[in-house]
Amino acid sequence: MMKRVYAKEEVCAGCRLCEVWCVVAHSQSKNIIKAFNEEFPRPLPRVKVEEFGPFSFALQCRHCQDPPCIEACMTGAMHREGLEGPVLHDADRCVGCWMCIMVCPYGAIARDETIKKIASKCDLCYGEEEPACVAHCPNEALVYEDRGE
Amino acid sequence: MRYVIIGNSAAAIGGVEGIRRHDRDGEIILMAKEPYATYSRPLISYFLAGKVTTRQMAYRPSSFYKDWKVTPLLGKEVVTIDTEKKLAVLDDGEEVAYDRLLIATGGVPFVPSIEGREAKGVSTFTTWDDAKRLRRMAKGLKEVVILGGGLIGVKAMEGLQSHGVKITIVELMDRILGLVLDATAAGILERKLKDGGVRLVKGTTIRKIVSGEGDKVTEVVLENGEELRADHVIIAIGVRPNLSLVADTPIKVNRGILVDETMRTSVADVFAAGDVAEAMDLLSGEKRVIPILPTAYRQGKTAGEAMAGRDTSYLGGIVMNSVEVGGIPAISAGIMNPPSEEGFEVKRYLDRKKGIYRKMVIKDNRLVGFILIGAIDRAGVYTGLIREKIDVSPFKNRLLDLDFGYIDFPKDLRTYKLSTVYM
Repeated sequence: MMKRVYAKEEVCAGCRLCEVWCVVAHSQSKNIIKAFNEEFPRPLPRVKVEEFGPFSFALQCRHCQDPPCIEACMTGAMHREGLEGPVLHDADRCVGCWMCIMVCPYGAIARDETIKKIASKCDLCYGEEEPACVAHCPNEALVYEDRGE
Repeated sequence: MRYVIIGNSAAAIGGVEGIRRHDRDGEIILMAKEPYATYSRPLISYFLAGKVTTRQMAYRPSSFYKDWKVTPLLGKEVVTIDTEKKLAVLDDGEEVAYDRLLIATGGVPFVPSIEGREAKGVSTFTTWDDAKRLRRMAKGLKEVVILGGGLIGVKAMEGLQSHGVKITIVELMDRILGLVLDATAAGILERKLKDGGVRLVKGTTIRKIVSGEGDKVTEVVLENGEELRADHVIIAIGVRPNLSLVADTPIKVNRGILVDETMRTSVADVFAAGDVAEAMDLLSGEKRVIPILPTAYRQGKTAGEAMAGRDTSYLGGIVMNSVEVGGIPAISAGIMNPPSEEGFEVKRYLDRKKGIYRKMVIKDNRLVGFILIGAIDRAGVYTGLIREKIDVSPFKNRLLDLDFGYIDFPKDLRTYKLSTVYM
């Protein structure tokens, strides 16, 4: 059982502030202006808004119970923190083989080739009380809760 | 309870992690022929290329065996199993008793009986030691011939390329990566290969390996009559299940060790997983050896859970591979080359200039296979559609699009997928 981010597409405005604040949360400065104006390469957002016409919602790693990405990871970079923690990724051990991308049923892992080839995914802002995407969603279209899963 | 695991790669490690999910106290003894703590086998080409260090070869942290309470017996080969007395017999005569046994001995490279194959400078490429030897001698190598343009051959090539070695790949099929790509996809990657200075000779094989002074390789002669200078030959035709261990046991084998959906073999308390096992293929519903890492791990974990007495089952594997050639990423899964046009619907998108190719294979409104070259992002969404046998008819026309995603799913399917946790 763990807290996860759930999207409510009925109230998602498609503003993409979740993507913006995800970038900030994973930047050096943690400052929105500096992150976007001064940091190069800029971190990739680990949450992605999918949009078509009036419909939109944000999608990020679901931190699966039995994560296919961990099973498929050939280096051991992808791992679960503790027994019920988030699925995290060790950049140092990742070689960018994209096996995780091949198996993630949510398509929630991206290629990050800004510095060296590594996988990029949501870490639930590990260590923070609430993920940045949830904290900054202006319409509460993202919630962070334990639904007993 | 004493669990004994033979092997130390993905399936064996999956076995340990599967057992420990449900049994924190049972004794686990893990034995393997190779003397190393568990390492990532697919990384050997990266090691050969000098892209990863010895430390980065580790498949699990150095504290793994201690953390998971496993007694490793490394550098010891199990030569046979006595299934009646429930013993594994080691090469030094030692006998290790088991309550439950997991055979995860993987595959061994297949070496056809080519004349001259015993010459010095002929090797295979499946272990860390193979990579270490090649890396040591790479400086002195000028021309290497790789027999086989499949995954192992291509990986060996990538590993050697950075050493400035002149490479020729000899492939019997009409294309490289024949089992995981189609002609169009292979064509895109072959062009990159050639740009990188690699020579490709297709539709033929090695007839003879010629050696000179000191029994050292000097040349290979191909079936088409061509002669190629070579100071090293890598045989990379493929691997077959490593069955030597079970040869004189009642454990039933076909191509691999036959297992049921709980990874049990035909003999009580003996399980098998990974490249040595012949388990269910999700798409055909028949048993088949699928020698890929994700499958090995999943089978190992399933076996481990079953060994620990849990009710579990393996739903079947899908052939899938991710490979990069000359900087072009390629991912494919399932049935990429349907046996006939009949009954299959094939959709293709090709942009030669950008090096992008996407192919979807559909049968009875279910996605059964795909190939993605160049644009591979979110490939797993397709793998998921295959695995879960989802009706793709509502969004069939969007499948090839670069921005295809959950937004294209019917709302109830999307809501269900996003509100539940993937098991």
